[in-house]
Amino acid sequence: MNETLLRELIPAVTGVLVRRGADFATAEDAVQEALIRALATWPGNPPADPKGWLITVAWRKFLDTTRAESSRYAREARVAAEPLPGPNDDTADTLQLYFLCAHPSLTPASAVALTLRAVGGLTTRQIAEAYLVPEATMAQRISRAKRTVSGVRFDEPGDLATVLRVLYLVFNEGYSGEVDLADEAIRLTRQVTSMTDDEEASGLLALMLLHHARRAARTTPDGALIPLAEQDRSRWDTGLIVEGVAILQASLARDRLGEYQAQAAIAALHADAQTADETDWVQIVEWYDELDRLIGNPVVRLNRAVAVGEADGAQAGLAALKRVGPVPRRTAVEAYLRERAGDLTVAARLYRDAARAATNLAERDHLTRQAARLHDVLRQ
Amino acid sequence: MAKYLLLKHYRGGPAPVVDFDPIDRWTPAEIDAHVRYMNDFAAKLEAAGEWVDGQALSPEGTFVRYDGEGRPPVTDGPFAETKDLIAGWMVIDVETYERAVELAGELSAAPGPDGKPIYEWLELRPFLTAPPTVTE
Repeated sequence: MNETLLRELIPAVTGVLVRRGADFATAEDAVQEALIRALATWPGNPPADPKGWLITVAWRKFLDTTRAESSRYAREARVAAEPLPGPNDDTADTLQLYFLCAHPSLTPASAVALTLRAVGGLTTRQIAEAYLVPEATMAQRISRAKRTVSGVRFDEPGDLATVLRVLYLVFNEGYSGEVDLADEAIRLTRQVTSMTDDEEASGLLALMLLHHARRAARTTPDGALIPLAEQDRSRWDTGLIVEGVAILQASLARDRLGEYQAQAAIAALHADAQTADETDWVQIVEWYDELDRLIGNPVVRLNRAVAVGEADGAQAGLAALKRVGPVPRRTAVEAYLRERAGDLTVAARLYRDAARAATNLAERDHLTRQAARLHDVLRQ
Repeated sequence: MAKYLLLKHYRGGPAPVVDFDPIDRWTPAEIDAHVRYMNDFAAKLEAAGEWVDGQALSPEGTFVRYDGEGRPPVTDGPFAETKDLIAGWMVIDVETYERAVELAGELSAAPGPDGKPIYEWLELRPFLTAPPTVTE
């Protein structure tokens, strides 16, 4: 059994312990210990019934931990007296775990860490590695998160929007060490989609698949960014594009539009163009207008200005940019539009300013190269 | 989350707000209190899930540079009058810039002579991150 399959069992195992009366925080710790033991012993000695093995080992850990606090008899008596109400199946339990791990009382970073551990079945070490912090720090972040949600009833109705937000963050941010966070986000979003039948969950899955399809084309072998227009489209993963588009079409057909579906629609229009020149920018601008109505924020208006620049020319793009307040990458967009409008001197200066303000290394290097390229042209 | 470097300088940065003796003139108890404050601060950050790293540097540094093919590197220094001298750093991983400023302010209140805060200037520098996946 590979590690991904093992991790898929984790939320159901935690669900069983909670349903037997364990509190979430202690149950989750016990399951994590069982997981670490499984990772160490299963390769040489695989169990016949992996899930049963995990439940047995985790339950034993749980009893060991709690024995000091109360006698086993008293606990088991309480468990027998107070079975958790509601449907008793793995799917319902797993979905409840997602809600709990993305509870609105948690900060985004805490919700991400708790989700990756309790639902994703990653070890604390793997999560720490993905976010470049020491394991002890990540362990504390997770235990604080568990304390924050300790008063939440396990069967409390949850908010799917916060779950989707957390999964989007997992997909979009973080380094990847041993575990590929983008793959992990897709795996978890697939699971949520299958459990909820929700248009926005499907929209988010489509969005992830359509962006993931471009992954191989997005960077050079040494990590430099390749802009969308310059990507080798033959390296896009057509299997993922076909799947993403099909999922998106099915959810759009239900006519309950949301931000993830609108973003996925934009990604699908890019995916649909054989070359950058064939991009249907007019339709993309319409989707940005839709997105602006749905969530209206400066980042959306910034990206809309780029699309307007492509659809109606650089001057129109610059006019649209006037509506955009201070936001990261605004200077980079203005530099691009100024260059397209033929104002190379200003563009070179703006690229330089944008590089100084960049918040990530790959973007800074890319913008620095753009400034250098224009200076080279201006010298001739 | 965003990572920030809290840079502590032996020298450099804006003019000190409080004039106090160098640390080797403090009483041992004052030095102990200062060190304890830093350690407690680090422990508190770890418990909050915001700690990444902390290191102290010796003031004795050497400049080194390449000197051409086949030649040994050139060294220079230490320089007694170097304008800027870094004493050490802490790296934190926090939710917001405001939180980073709050923590730097707290660290700057470490006690000096007579147990009073030294109002030390700390330099706060954001780390460059990994690029996001979704940008359009």
